[in-house]
Amino acid sequence: MGAVLETGALTKFFGMVRAVEDLEVQIQEGELVGIVGPNGSGKTTFLNLVTGYVKPDRGWVRYRGRDITGLPPRAVVELGIARSFQMPQLYAGLTVLENLLLALAIRAGKGGEFWSPLAQESRVQEALHILQQFGLEAYSHLGVSQLPEGGRKLLDVALSFARRPQVLLMDEPTSGVSVKDKFAIMDTLVRVLKGSQVTTVFVEHDMEVVQRYAQRVLVFNDGKVVADGPPDALFADPSVRRAILGRD
Amino acid sequence: MENLLRRLPLLVAVLGLLLFLAVPPFLPRWTLFLLTLAWAKAMAVVGIVLLLRGGLVTFGHALFYAVGAYAAGFASKGLGVRDALALVALGVVAGAGMAALLGAFLARYREVYFALLNLAFSMVLYALLLKFYWVTGGTDGLRFPSPTLAGVTPSPPFLRLAHYYFTLGLGVLGLYGAYRFITSPLGYTLRAVRDNEVRVEYMGGSVWRAVYSAYIFAGALGALGGVLAGMAVGHLVPELAYWTQSGEFVFVALLGGTGSMLAPVAGSIVFEFVRNYAFKFSPYTWQMTLGFVLLFIILFLPGGLWSLSEPVARRWAKWALSWRQGP
Amino acid sequence: MQLLTVIGFDGTVLASWLFLVAAGLTFTYGVLRILNVAHGSLYALGAYMGAFLVLQYFRTGSIPLLAYLLLLAGALFIGLTAGPFIERVCLRWVYKREEVVQLLVTFAVFLILEDVIKLAWGVKPILADKPYSLLGQVTLMGINYTWYQFLLIGIALGAGALLWLVVNRTRLGKVVIAVVNDREVSAALGVNVPRVYTVAFVIGALFAALGGAFTAPMIALVPGVGVEVIVLAFAVVAIGGMGSVQGAVLGSLLVGLARATAIHLFPELDLFAIYLIMALVLLFRPQGLFGAVQVRRI
Repeated sequence: MGAVLETGALTKFFGMVRAVEDLEVQIQEGELVGIVGPNGSGKTTFLNLVTGYVKPDRGWVRYRGRDITGLPPRAVVELGIARSFQMPQLYAGLTVLENLLLALAIRAGKGGEFWSPLAQESRVQEALHILQQFGLEAYSHLGVSQLPEGGRKLLDVALSFARRPQVLLMDEPTSGVSVKDKFAIMDTLVRVLKGSQVTTVFVEHDMEVVQRYAQRVLVFNDGKVVADGPPDALFADPSVRRAILGRD
Repeated sequence: MENLLRRLPLLVAVLGLLLFLAVPPFLPRWTLFLLTLAWAKAMAVVGIVLLLRGGLVTFGHALFYAVGAYAAGFASKGLGVRDALALVALGVVAGAGMAALLGAFLARYREVYFALLNLAFSMVLYALLLKFYWVTGGTDGLRFPSPTLAGVTPSPPFLRLAHYYFTLGLGVLGLYGAYRFITSPLGYTLRAVRDNEVRVEYMGGSVWRAVYSAYIFAGALGALGGVLAGMAVGHLVPELAYWTQSGEFVFVALLGGTGSMLAPVAGSIVFEFVRNYAFKFSPYTWQMTLGFVLLFIILFLPGGLWSLSEPVARRWAKWALSWRQGP
Repeated sequence: MQLLTVIGFDGTVLASWLFLVAAGLTFTYGVLRILNVAHGSLYALGAYMGAFLVLQYFRTGSIPLLAYLLLLAGALFIGLTAGPFIERVCLRWVYKREEVVQLLVTFAVFLILEDVIKLAWGVKPILADKPYSLLGQVTLMGINYTWYQFLLIGIALGAGALLWLVVNRTRLGKVVIAVVNDREVSAALGVNVPRVYTVAFVIGALFAALGGAFTAPMIALVPGVGVEVIVLAFAVVAIGGMGSVQGAVLGSLLVGLARATAIHLFPELDLFAIYLIMALVLLFRPQGLFGAVQVRRI
């Protein structure tokens, strides 16, 4: 069975620094995969390479068998791969609802229209529905700056989700969020994404979160994948623990 | 009360329009002229505000102002075109065309580089207008004969008034166009570009297309302003393209505020009248006055004069509603 | 051959003038990250002050050398008074705001100073040409030059060399470089960043005033001088790379020679040679010849 997303020989150096080298990853349709690894192991670079923010020095990325290596983010998104960010990338000058309305308008191919208003009835309904799913409905007409940190993270994912992607890559969805909110947020995210059958890959530092939600875990270290398997078995392995925690 | 406030811009617009329609026949000629000029220049300022919404400042918008004016001027003098609407159309097309040409390169630039590149091109035009005096009249300028409207030349007592209503009509059209633009998906993409370009690309939106469209529209508006101003003054000079004219547009944009498409009109009118009377009062201190006003706005009123409208409106609304509730 | 020499010399004189005008602007930008529109006013103030002192002096005095020292004194006075005043009183409030807002503040200061000049010295043209004419002319290889033009070149070289020395060989210079590279870290290491800002701004003001003071004897001084100078300075700074003094050197030479060529061979193009170069350089290398590129990371 062909993987929905795969990379091979993927290599990127930033000057002398090796970010990733000969990276081989296969993600199957409908999986919920967690990526862990120490800082500088190449996790965010992996996301940047797949989504085209950065071009690889060598190697390839395939989506449903189609080569997407080096395509810019806009093209990658249009094909069906969306991405959320470690630091939520939102539109500070627009309200929460407007953020989402824009995402929907662009998806509908109306991003270049200038003769019809953004806030059309059907679009507003859909936007509110998505905000409801993410638990952000109460913030609809508020500015982005009035969201709590967890809300900002959820909105960031909601904006990517509004594209109805087939694959969603999340970069540390619970970082910077207080401990008690982490699980609430992950519950919401997983529920919505699984409910829409979106293949999900998330980079995470918190082992508890990974253990609880991921079906499969990829361990990155020093720009390569050093372990790949279900979380419980993986974290029991001493060499994996050494790689992640620096000790057994 | 919230409902009233939400409707406020519309109320102001309607009220304003009524005033602009009804009052002018009773105004003295010079005042009418200033008002016409203010409305004309406001178009260029709307172009600036549009670009500001996208996070772009240009120090060369006088380029399109001059292009519109001189295109109409050449058509009038060289080709004998007299109809006002035709001249406006020619000027706007020239401006939009120039913007389409330049914008193809410039839409990739941001911040100071965008500002300086626009400055450079506007100064190139200025130099051209100055140097090729056998075509443009150089420092003596180009006379712009009074246009006709639908074949009719208004007789002198009504000339100024006709100019005014013509300018007002097109001005309102320009404002409406800008309003539709800024509330459309393209307009929102432009605003999003200001906040977060990366996110726009990751949403599948095109940053370049939003900026390019805004630039063309702003160029068209600038040219519209130029044609209308040229008609009002009747005389074109190369200074229309000079950097100080561009600076004036940016100044007025800040003076009025960027919060609404109506603000440039308010700012432009305040500016024209203050400048006119400040200059009459003391020719050696009016620039200084402008400087202090600009400083004041930057430091204490970053939203421009328009940002005063909400607190003022609240007070007025409270007062109006208190009457309804009885003594 | 003779034409080439003339163009070369004229170009160098123009370049010297442009360098004096632009070096201060680019230096100020390099340290404070502010493009100072009031730079034009500082130039004009320097010119007026220098001219004023010279005219006053020649009423009674007769030692020619003193005239040049007075021009220098005028420049120093403006740089050391107007400079700190503008930076402390006006710019300090907007350091936290966006670059464009800061630029608009300098534009406001420019507007104010334009009228200050009119109020102080009136609008009638001022001719303080004694220092220029006193030096007389010289003929080399069949071409007429004025000694004052050589003086201008000398001043530009001297000022440039002095700046290089200060930046590269003094402790102050090293501190300035540190602040340019990273103001936060410098502050954390104990550098008095606000004071460095003032010093850098004053250096820029001194250059502007110097350029103005020594240009005054060559022209009929009218209030509008600052207006044209500032846009030329912008052009050279953009071409050379904002913040780079070497860029200002190269940019001034490029523009000076281009303009001289245009004046002698294609007179219609002389005005817009500079803006055309600016547009071309910015289109192909937006950061200028020596400027630094900024990258965004997510």
